[in-house]
Amino acid sequence: MEAYLFYIMAAVSVTAAVYLVFEKNPVFSALYLIQTMVCIAVLYILLEAQFIAAVQIIVYAGAIMVLFLFVIMLLNLNIKEETKNALPFQKIPAIFMGIVLFTAICAVIKSKLLQGKQGEYTTAYVNSVGNTKLIGNLLFTDYLLPFEITSILLFVAAIGAIMLAKRKL
Amino acid sequence: MTNVSIMTFNILSILPILVLAGFGMIVLLIDVLTSRKLGEKNLLAYLSLLGIVVAAVLSRSSIGTATFSFNETFTIDNYSIFFNLIFLLSTGLTILISHNYIKREEINYGEYYALLMFSTIGMMLMASGADLLNIYIGLEVMSISIYILTGFKRSKLISNEASLKYFLLGAFATGFLLYGIALIYGSTGTINLRQIACFIAGRGGGLDPLLILGMGLIIVGLGFKVASVPFHAWVPDVYEGAPTAITAFMSVGPKAAGFAAFLRIFMTSFAYTHHEWQKIIYILAVLTMTTGNVVAIAQTNIKRMLAYSSIAHAGYLLIALVSANNMGVSGTLFYILAYIFMNIGAFAIVIVLSRKGDEFIQINDYAGLGFKHPLLAIAMTLFMLSMAGVPPMAGFVGKFYIFSAAIKSGYVGLAVIGVINSVISVYYYLRITVIMYMKEPAREFSPLTISPLIVAAIVISVVGTLQLGIFPSKVMEIAQRSIFTLK
Repeated sequence: MEAYLFYIMAAVSVTAAVYLVFEKNPVFSALYLIQTMVCIAVLYILLEAQFIAAVQIIVYAGAIMVLFLFVIMLLNLNIKEETKNALPFQKIPAIFMGIVLFTAICAVIKSKLLQGKQGEYTTAYVNSVGNTKLIGNLLFTDYLLPFEITSILLFVAAIGAIMLAKRKL
Repeated sequence: MTNVSIMTFNILSILPILVLAGFGMIVLLIDVLTSRKLGEKNLLAYLSLLGIVVAAVLSRSSIGTATFSFNETFTIDNYSIFFNLIFLLSTGLTILISHNYIKREEINYGEYYALLMFSTIGMMLMASGADLLNIYIGLEVMSISIYILTGFKRSKLISNEASLKYFLLGAFATGFLLYGIALIYGSTGTINLRQIACFIAGRGGGLDPLLILGMGLIIVGLGFKVASVPFHAWVPDVYEGAPTAITAFMSVGPKAAGFAAFLRIFMTSFAYTHHEWQKIIYILAVLTMTTGNVVAIAQTNIKRMLAYSSIAHAGYLLIALVSANNMGVSGTLFYILAYIFMNIGAFAIVIVLSRKGDEFIQINDYAGLGFKHPLLAIAMTLFMLSMAGVPPMAGFVGKFYIFSAAIKSGYVGLAVIGVINSVISVYYYLRITVIMYMKEPAREFSPLTISPLIVAAIVISVVGTLQLGIFPSKVMEIAQRSIFTLK
């Protein structure tokens, strides 16, 4: 059951991602992006990472996508605009390399050489402690430093937004 | 597991980072609180320099310690301290050469200094991270600050274009890095550098394809930051479009930080699998050196020429990475230090000779400089000779150590390619010297963009270039003591 759901969701998210790239209308593209985000959230739930699934929906599918749509609508993009293919000679090599990479990945998956390590946080353990609690615990113990430095990262991003976008400084 | 035990953290180990963050915020606050014209913001430059000096003193005071802190996510050892000092030196010199330049270009905002300091924090985190997550966050802090600084000439189209280009390609490259980290986590179950090394050594042979793919993706991500060749397409445009002082900063700081992370990740975590990645880096090194040097010959714009020269120098540094021995690490440390002096010195002279409205960055604009301003021409000649690797300049000693490291590891062919490349580079470096001394001046040089601070930067660079070239033993000894002590 779970395996079927995984395959369905994986197929839907990849299809939506492909449409996102090829769709000419930016609003549709944004909607396909939401589709991809939601599918990924389902994949997180299948992995029993409910907290991350919720965050994925709230932050990505919710907040960020609303901003995206706002920007697209405010910019009032001309849908009919035909974009010229600036890199015509890249198309065939790109398709060729893509096929090579795809076959290589398939070969790797088939080869049974793949022997990922089981991490210390097994599903049973995570469920016994609780998703949110475990993440909070890690953020304030093992990953305290990167967590705090992220505040500088956000601060820099805020300065950048003002610096580059404000009309008059 | 109901109680969360918060362990004691060694705050002292991140004191330089905290000091820089504090000074960055103070600079921003003072900028807001004082009027825009007051004292033409000399105060902000001096304050930032003070912050750099304090951070350097604090960094220096922990030389000799070798500990992990923050639960093995942060290292403080001689290697990271040496790199911290390198970053602080490059930021300090950049502030010295920017001070007058940003006034002239009317981009004299306090954010400029604050962002320089924040990007230094990112670099320090990259050099000290003992954990792929820390290295990644450091890289992001550094890169985002520099994307903004690249677009700092808000009214200039070329600067906007450079910033956007750098941002889009940089975000793409960061995606590769992150994907690589994810795959490595998937195959080893950890992101801690030491535990990755333990896991790989513990399994002994039978390499996981996932791990190799992850390693390759990390090479792509970091290779972009150090401007190595298949990932170099952004370099010339971004270097040309960015404000010149930021170009100088970009060609030393992030490159040094990229190599700091490169060396630490590949020589601690992936030391056991070095046969796999050495082949990849070997090819990258040859491509990087050759493309950089050959394309630089055709450039007529000095900023673009220095951009390709900086690609070529990344190639020489990759040789040190390929040799993967202690001599390679100390050679890298020495070479980056030498490169800071000669490169920031050269950019300082480009700034001195430029003017508002007309940057005078064509190589022919330097014609006759030798007669009009002999001191500037001598300094420029020194920097060019040093970059070309002519003894007794710093660049020669650095290349000597790096090529010897390659020979010691048995990569004679690579060292020969490196030497051939340095010979090619002599052509375009000497061309500037020839134009300065043997052509009639085509333009009026005065007024120069000159101030005591930029003169200080040039003097420091000249002294550094000569000192490291003539008496390299003392710095080399420090560099040799700064190889990884924690593995």
